[in-house]
Amino acid sequence: MRFVDEYRDADLGQALAGEILGLVEPGRHYKVMEVCGGHTHSIYKYGIDDLLPANVELVHGPGCPVCVIPMGRVDDGISLAHEPGVIFTCFGDMMRVPGSNGSLLEAKAAGADIRMVYSPLDALRIAKQNPDREVVFFAIGFETTAPSTALTIIRARQEEIKNFTVMCSHVTIVPPLRALLESPDLRLDGFVGPGHVSTVVGARPFEFIPVDYGKPVVVSGFEPLDILQSVYMILKQLAEGRCEVENQYKRIVPYEGNLKALEVMAEVFELRPHFEWRGLGFISHSGLKLNQNYADLDAEIRFSVPGVRVADPKACQCGEVLKGVIKPWECKVFGSACTPERPIGTCMVSSEGACAAYYNFGRFAREREVV
Amino acid sequence: MATEQAISDREQKVLGIIATARGKRAKFRDERITMAHGAGGKATASLIEGLIVPKLAPSGEQALNELADAGRVSIDGTQMAMTTDSYVVKPLRFPGGSIGELAVNGTANDLAVSGARPLALSLSLILEEGLPAEILAAEIEAIAKAAQEANVEIVTGDTKVVERGHADGLYITTSGVGQLDPRAQLSPTALRPGDRILLSGSIGDHGTAIMLARGEFELDADIYSDTRALWPAVDALLDAAGPDLRCMRDATRGGAASVLNELARSAQVAIVVEEGAIPVKPAVAGACELLGIDPMYVANEGKFLAFVAPESAEAALAALRNTPGCEDAAEIGEVRTEPPGMVLVNTSFGGRRVMDQLVGDPLPRIC
Repeated sequence: MRFVDEYRDADLGQALAGEILGLVEPGRHYKVMEVCGGHTHSIYKYGIDDLLPANVELVHGPGCPVCVIPMGRVDDGISLAHEPGVIFTCFGDMMRVPGSNGSLLEAKAAGADIRMVYSPLDALRIAKQNPDREVVFFAIGFETTAPSTALTIIRARQEEIKNFTVMCSHVTIVPPLRALLESPDLRLDGFVGPGHVSTVVGARPFEFIPVDYGKPVVVSGFEPLDILQSVYMILKQLAEGRCEVENQYKRIVPYEGNLKALEVMAEVFELRPHFEWRGLGFISHSGLKLNQNYADLDAEIRFSVPGVRVADPKACQCGEVLKGVIKPWECKVFGSACTPERPIGTCMVSSEGACAAYYNFGRFAREREVV
Repeated sequence: MATEQAISDREQKVLGIIATARGKRAKFRDERITMAHGAGGKATASLIEGLIVPKLAPSGEQALNELADAGRVSIDGTQMAMTTDSYVVKPLRFPGGSIGELAVNGTANDLAVSGARPLALSLSLILEEGLPAEILAAEIEAIAKAAQEANVEIVTGDTKVVERGHADGLYITTSGVGQLDPRAQLSPTALRPGDRILLSGSIGDHGTAIMLARGEFELDADIYSDTRALWPAVDALLDAAGPDLRCMRDATRGGAASVLNELARSAQVAIVVEEGAIPVKPAVAGACELLGIDPMYVANEGKFLAFVAPESAEAALAALRNTPGCEDAAEIGEVRTEPPGMVLVNTSFGGRRVMDQLVGDPLPRIC
């Protein structure tokens, strides 16, 4: 595949691995967090950590859109899906996330009309095709997916589609990063910055990380060579005593972001005073909702939503995994009570979840020879 | 280059627990059937192994280990194979084929990869009220043509009509019988360390063609279903490898990855696959990349995996490549002893990872 295979070249990977080895100080332990779930997925899929020196540790961050949805929010979605006349639409990954009383997939089997869509525009199309039904779209994701939700909402307004609403659970990337950096139990040396989010917000919003907290950030692409190169760039900053935001993903990410996308978001959304994150609790100004001008398209206003806060299951340590405090396998229920077939926590559901990636793709030490 | 242990003892212990859990027979604990039970992955295994087989074959273990594409029946000393399959694909027609063609080839292929020459099929049609007669007539023609090409006879059948909305146009069930070929000594438990794994051609064509045919992605590509009869390829393999041919499976629902996992588990061997050796057409690879799907989990309707003793692997591969439709056949990996029940992949990038059974459902109703 042209324009993709170039970034998966094994020889270049080995060469980069050699360069990285030359940069690390023996005896120093480096902890680098990849913020985005897409990076976590790539790291396991390609076995990238196999190529890193043992004292360079990749720590998984909070950037998996499905993982950060709290249980109460899933319950709210299921409750909406059971409203008479409602067609409830959501992304596929979201279907298997457990609420306090089952998942959307189970609610579908129990009779609710729940449909998987690939984009919010698909949900709008379903609304046009079913004028006598109420179509609700469960919008999730960071700034990566928020613009397409915003565009869909604007289009619904323009086309005067009255039977379409959005249950908005969009979140923003900076507040959880700040919360992480404020947290005393985590010592990080740098960040592999979220490439997809940055296509929208640019690299600029991450400037606070070197300025306020003295950590390097390298915005990174998602192919294995991208990630290796970003790790290299972080280690190089550390070795040279520099600390700044660098952009490895220049082929896609402009420093200023995508102004059009930011405009449509500003047109439709406003910040919630606070939003609950799975495992991380309430974070101020971290979630988006439809603003006054679009309130008529807000599912939480058109329907009554329980909005009950449900505590995470006691055994579940998704919060610690999302903060990078523990590795997936260090969670008490990992692989025993919590598996991809029967997840307890969100991190075990999405393909971008650290636990699911670790479980599905496994890990094998070089030392452990396969006979 | 690493001085520290890359994996601590504690992590190794957790990995061990997962490996044990992976090897266990799935239990069925769901309150209702969900779409995941139809995906050919872990939920399907829990349905079959946890709910159905224990009631029908109380002796259990033996039946489960032998769970193959077709069952064996001995009639007055003649070894026969029998199989059945239902077809609910949506849409009914798609680039490269249609439901009628699938219904013949799918069932005939389950016989073929079990080492039986397909002889006869039954045909049951479930028709939805309102189905245009023209569509039905076209499918019957497709069935007749596919049966002729596969050299099987349709010997009996049945029709039922259900109210509008109680089926989606047309569902088909076919059952087939075939005669076990004396050259074939196949069993999943026959796999031995060192056996080579052959794949009969490029993967992912059928599932990707269906996905695009549904028009949900607004993607256009020249991708066609690979539906075809496999007996000629199996016949050529049996000639070339004889008793060195250990086992075959067609890589339908759940894709090649699911077949490899099933076999690793039932033979309690490890399977190591070289990612770079797996043939995938560029258009299919591109579409899968865009959709975030691994072609190893995408359904095929004319591809199978063959396990061959190393001595005969070369001859077997050559024989395969000489068969029409299998020109792209490749050796993709081999059987090892450790870790039992697992499928590992050496990635093209130089890493190694597990290729697990499918959990979710990338796309329902592909066959």
